[in-house]
Amino acid sequence: MNERPTFLLDGAEVAFEPGQTVMQAALAAGRYIPHLCYHPEFKPHGSCKVCTAKVDGRMMAACTTPAATATEVESDTEELNELRRTLVQMLFAEGNHFCPSCEKSGNCMLQALGYDLGVMTAGFRHLFPDRPVDASHPEILLDFNRCILCELCVRAAREVDGKHVFALAGRGLDKHLIVNAESGRLADTDVAVTDKAVSVCPVGVILRKRVGFATPIGERRFDGSPISQQALVDAPRPLEKHHD
Amino acid sequence: MTEAIADLEPRVRRIVTRWDHDPTGLVQILREVQEEFGYLPPPAAVEIARLLRIPYSRVTGVASFYSFMALQPRGAYRVLFSDNITDRMAGNERLLEALCHRLWVEPGKVSEDGLVSVGRTSCTGLCDQGPALLVNGIALPALTDERVQNIGELILARVPVADWPAEFFVVHDNVRRADVMLAHGLKPGDPIRAALQRGTQGWSERAANERSWREAYVGAAQGPIATLEEVKRSNLRGRGGAGFTTGIKWEACRHATGLERYVVCNADEGEPGTFKDRVLLTSHADLLFDGMTVAAYAIGASRGFLYLRGEYRYLLEQVESVLERRREANLLGAGICGQPGFDFDIRVHVGAGSYVCGEESALIESLEGKRGVPRNRPPYPVTNGYKQQPTIVNNVETLCAAALIAVHGGDWYRGLGTLKSSGTKILSVAGDVARPGLYEYPFGVTIRQVLDDCGAVNTQAVQVSGPSGMCIDATEFGRRIAFEDLPTAGAFTVFDASRDMFEVARNYAHFFAHESCGFCTPCRVGTSMLVAAMDKIHAGNGTQHELREMNRLNRVLLMSAHCGLGHTACNPILDTLKRFRPAYERKLRSLEFTPSFDVDGALGRARQMTGRDDAGAHLEEQK
Repeated sequence: MNERPTFLLDGAEVAFEPGQTVMQAALAAGRYIPHLCYHPEFKPHGSCKVCTAKVDGRMMAACTTPAATATEVESDTEELNELRRTLVQMLFAEGNHFCPSCEKSGNCMLQALGYDLGVMTAGFRHLFPDRPVDASHPEILLDFNRCILCELCVRAAREVDGKHVFALAGRGLDKHLIVNAESGRLADTDVAVTDKAVSVCPVGVILRKRVGFATPIGERRFDGSPISQQALVDAPRPLEKHHD
Repeated sequence: MTEAIADLEPRVRRIVTRWDHDPTGLVQILREVQEEFGYLPPPAAVEIARLLRIPYSRVTGVASFYSFMALQPRGAYRVLFSDNITDRMAGNERLLEALCHRLWVEPGKVSEDGLVSVGRTSCTGLCDQGPALLVNGIALPALTDERVQNIGELILARVPVADWPAEFFVVHDNVRRADVMLAHGLKPGDPIRAALQRGTQGWSERAANERSWREAYVGAAQGPIATLEEVKRSNLRGRGGAGFTTGIKWEACRHATGLERYVVCNADEGEPGTFKDRVLLTSHADLLFDGMTVAAYAIGASRGFLYLRGEYRYLLEQVESVLERRREANLLGAGICGQPGFDFDIRVHVGAGSYVCGEESALIESLEGKRGVPRNRPPYPVTNGYKQQPTIVNNVETLCAAALIAVHGGDWYRGLGTLKSSGTKILSVAGDVARPGLYEYPFGVTIRQVLDDCGAVNTQAVQVSGPSGMCIDATEFGRRIAFEDLPTAGAFTVFDASRDMFEVARNYAHFFAHESCGFCTPCRVGTSMLVAAMDKIHAGNGTQHELREMNRLNRVLLMSAHCGLGHTACNPILDTLKRFRPAYERKLRSLEFTPSFDVDGALGRARQMTGRDDAGAHLEEQK
């Protein structure tokens, strides 16, 4: 194999392909950096800031920062993990998250990240926003209470489904997910239950109807192993055969 | 709620056609449609989406980002009181209450007859003649009790805003100290002619912004290169706050590969307390456009944009007429000043109430008809700007300085100011001073000198460069305005000893929360958490816990916010906490526990519904 360029992640060398971000290179090399709005199949945009790492002393989102030769990246430090715990607390406080009654419990990345990072308290006074659900569609339920504004559904609809089912509206704390219909109802969009956008939600906003709890609690994605391990199982591996 | 509007579709189509059916004009189309109908009726949004062939959700997603745009009717008269701290100090809250009382309307709501709404908006750039308001988007300064009464009567009599007394809308320049810029004495086109002249002094008479084979010959005497060299030699640094060296930015853009280059003037002057660009645009628009044209010559651009903040919408017609006059004088258009190949024109985009659009990449997003969310950087606009092409974004004052440099040369400019800060800086002085207005000084002037000149007495603090800048106290008035000491975008807000610095910081905290774009978690949630902590202290329920909490929030914002708005959102609180801690501690409850729930306050709604406010409607043991 050719000599690939490398950078240091928490003191250990990580090889990367030119064009990869710090996050992509780390996951491909079997190294975990906590993340929420990053998804290996979509263009990173860096909004949740959970993957914030110190790149040559500067705070950067690992998912959008291009990997560069001989840079030193710090990620698994108490300072950064404390930051991540606070960001997770902020996301919990911003929405209405009631894990015990949520169908996504055990499959939810926000919940799994909270457990893995050791978030033990609420941290902030919850904002309890008023976010009505949209049950208009016969096969899909939208529960906006759990939205963390990661835009994965927006990106999946645009990049994979070739549709514009989801979009963002509003600004600041009022920023929220909308659907592409004058009525504002999902039933009036061209969404299909088979769309990538429907399955990509990392939390419990976009839910298929009538399949709830098909997998019992205890046998779900993050029940067996923490998200820090599961993310590596899911990560795309470098395809060695591409090297001539 | 929505009634059928006559001729809606042709009226929308006319506007969309004026913007060439181009989705990058979406923000401008929405603004003009709103001016047409008073708000954005959903059928108009549907029609815009259809004509531009974009999703309906993109239209509403963009519209809902900008605070001046409304998807619901907001009344035939839309009144927005400027809510900067200087407006507060001048009594805007009392005036707002008086107007609401006269019109029988609640702040932030539309009157039941649909006639009027009254609300608040971020600083409108009229701090030297506040309190101010915007009525149907047009600035109205110098409010008094009497004028507010008159406004109430005019609205109730349904007099169109265009027929209101003209003196209501007079905005003064208030130039108190003019130096090389505000007293430039140049005629329109002088800087362009000087730049062209500089080019022919050497061995080459090459066309201006053709970018062909001669790119290989980067000779110092070449026309555009000679101008670029002068700007570099001047050591001019950006006047918008960040202070990046202008010549280096221009050079990087000139050398970047692209199909087309763009010059963008950032006139989205949103920092609370600053208003210098208002005066430059009002009285020195030619100097600015000369500067933009010189920049276009230096980098090889043929298109430019002026991004005018929505609050300065009232300047649009005047600015457009200056552009038209310049086209007629061959100072814009094809073959400027008779120079073959020197083609450049400028289009004005008007913002719609978004501070974050002053961040250059967010501004470009807005220019492209999108939500004004700052981009991930790198890449930077000099290589990947407007439509992913090389673009320079410069502040109004920076481009005006470049025009001066084109005439007088880099060495002349560098001779002004200090070693690391060449030239002059215009300060927007407001607050507790006898003579508010613009003061232009060479860099290096002390705070004390400015305070003496503007007639400030018993000064407790100065907010330098607005809330994202720095708050200093009397022990620091010997410090200097310069990049090496106190860098500033221009705001200079003075507070005398009677002011409560806690309330100053609280006003600024609300500003940042209101203006956060909401893209990243730390800023979207963190700025609101800061407001919650400040409001809790204000309500008399704060403890040491809140002070610790705000320190923690500041760390989070500094470490992880996406752009400068989030990075600086804590500055006003931390600066005042450091220098005026008693202003906070006076308000804290000396309790060990954290009263996060006010039981009596929770009954407030019941009291309002029953119209009771007697002792029996309150819990005992309050306060």
